[in-house]
Amino acid sequence: MQSLMDQFFNLEIMAKALPLMLSGLWMTAKLCAAVIVLGLGGGLVVALANVSPRRWLRFPSIVFTDIFRALPPLVLLIFIYSGLPFAGIEISPFAAVALAFLLNNSAYYAEVYRAGILSVGKGQWEAARSTGLSQTQTLTSVVLPQAVRNVLPDLLSNTVEVVKLTSLASVVSLSELLYTANMARSITYNASPLVLAALIYLVILWPVVRLVSRFQRRLAA
Amino acid sequence: MVSRPMLEIVSLQKCFGDNVILRDINLKVAQGELVFIIGPSGSGKSTMLRCCNRLEEPSGGDVIVDGRNIMSGTRRDLDLMRLKVGMVFQGFHLYPHMSVLNNVTLAQRKAMGRTAEEAKARAMDMLERVGLAHKADAMPAQLSGGQQQRVAIARALALDPLVMLFDEPTSALDPELVGSVLAVMKDLKAKGMTMLVVSHEMGFARETADRVIFMDGGVVVEEGAPDEIFGAPKAERTQAFLSRVTR
Repeated sequence: MQSLMDQFFNLEIMAKALPLMLSGLWMTAKLCAAVIVLGLGGGLVVALANVSPRRWLRFPSIVFTDIFRALPPLVLLIFIYSGLPFAGIEISPFAAVALAFLLNNSAYYAEVYRAGILSVGKGQWEAARSTGLSQTQTLTSVVLPQAVRNVLPDLLSNTVEVVKLTSLASVVSLSELLYTANMARSITYNASPLVLAALIYLVILWPVVRLVSRFQRRLAA
Repeated sequence: MVSRPMLEIVSLQKCFGDNVILRDINLKVAQGELVFIIGPSGSGKSTMLRCCNRLEEPSGGDVIVDGRNIMSGTRRDLDLMRLKVGMVFQGFHLYPHMSVLNNVTLAQRKAMGRTAEEAKARAMDMLERVGLAHKADAMPAQLSGGQQQRVAIARALALDPLVMLFDEPTSALDPELVGSVLAVMKDLKAKGMTMLVVSHEMGFARETADRVIFMDGGVVVEEGAPDEIFGAPKAERTQAFLSRVTR
């Protein structure tokens, strides 16, 4: 029992690993900020193309969402980071992660936005257009605010997935939370830093998950 | 001198694939006139109304508003035309995420380019006119159906339209709320608004309409003064329809 505690919940080792892991957490935070903003923005663009009446916009958007939802994000990431150099394209770990996740997240966020946009009734479009608002004005002032509100829990839920996904960045040696924890594990020869990393993810994401559930229940009511 | 019609519909046609909704509609509405359209469901009356601001794209024919053909011109022209043609829907379609006031100011600001102050002043005048100035800060969900519809009317009026189209404005309302909306429409008529109304409120038509049009199967079957249409309809289809709805 004691050895179990020493191996997994060793507070001394956790304390020692903490400064390194805090720098990892900071990197994770920066990574999250980048990929969430990129994903939300990219997803919106893809979704707007997807609901467009113009076929030449709709078609590429459907292909995009299909491909990047089917392609495992880890495969995409390693291809961008380790595969593209064979074509002479060298790219930093951070940029590789940002690009891979922009592609992956945009596809998922786009599906969420799309559901939101379609949840706004045709009557809202017609009422707005009948008052002389253009297609774009109708979208930005009338449809999108309602669409986002209708799918807020799903956007949030997807964002939790995105945060968890950033731990994949450890495979391209980006020193984010998991990477630094694993580093600390190999230095200290003790699993406690990994447990600490898991706890940090849990503490950050659990309230958000709770919030999503409450939102969903409120919307269902 | 005969004044030119405010709204003119010339050989309007609309079909969805092989399904012909409107065959050959011709209609003139003079300034200040209230033309009331009746007919069985599926007769094409709502589609005709929706062609008048091109929410529904006509398959053929022309719609002329205040001397301008709305079938020609750019997309921007179409948006500008829509400012001149107000529309009120069966389902109200207020924007649920905005206050009553913002519902009425939105298009004034974005489509007309009025300043926030101008738009607000105009909105308050129009809300006053429909008896809902005190609800300016309420959200649509807090209003009754009748109140929502009156806000929808104010929203259209705030854009200074030349013509108002009403697409079954009271059909979705509880009976006790219908009167308040009809009263607003009557007041509009008294103030000289040109109106094209699709509705089943026959009593209102008798009292307020200048002309009644009976449509069936995508054509105008009969038209005349309310007394003629309701009192002594000539066409068999009109008689059959009226006997069904007025018994």
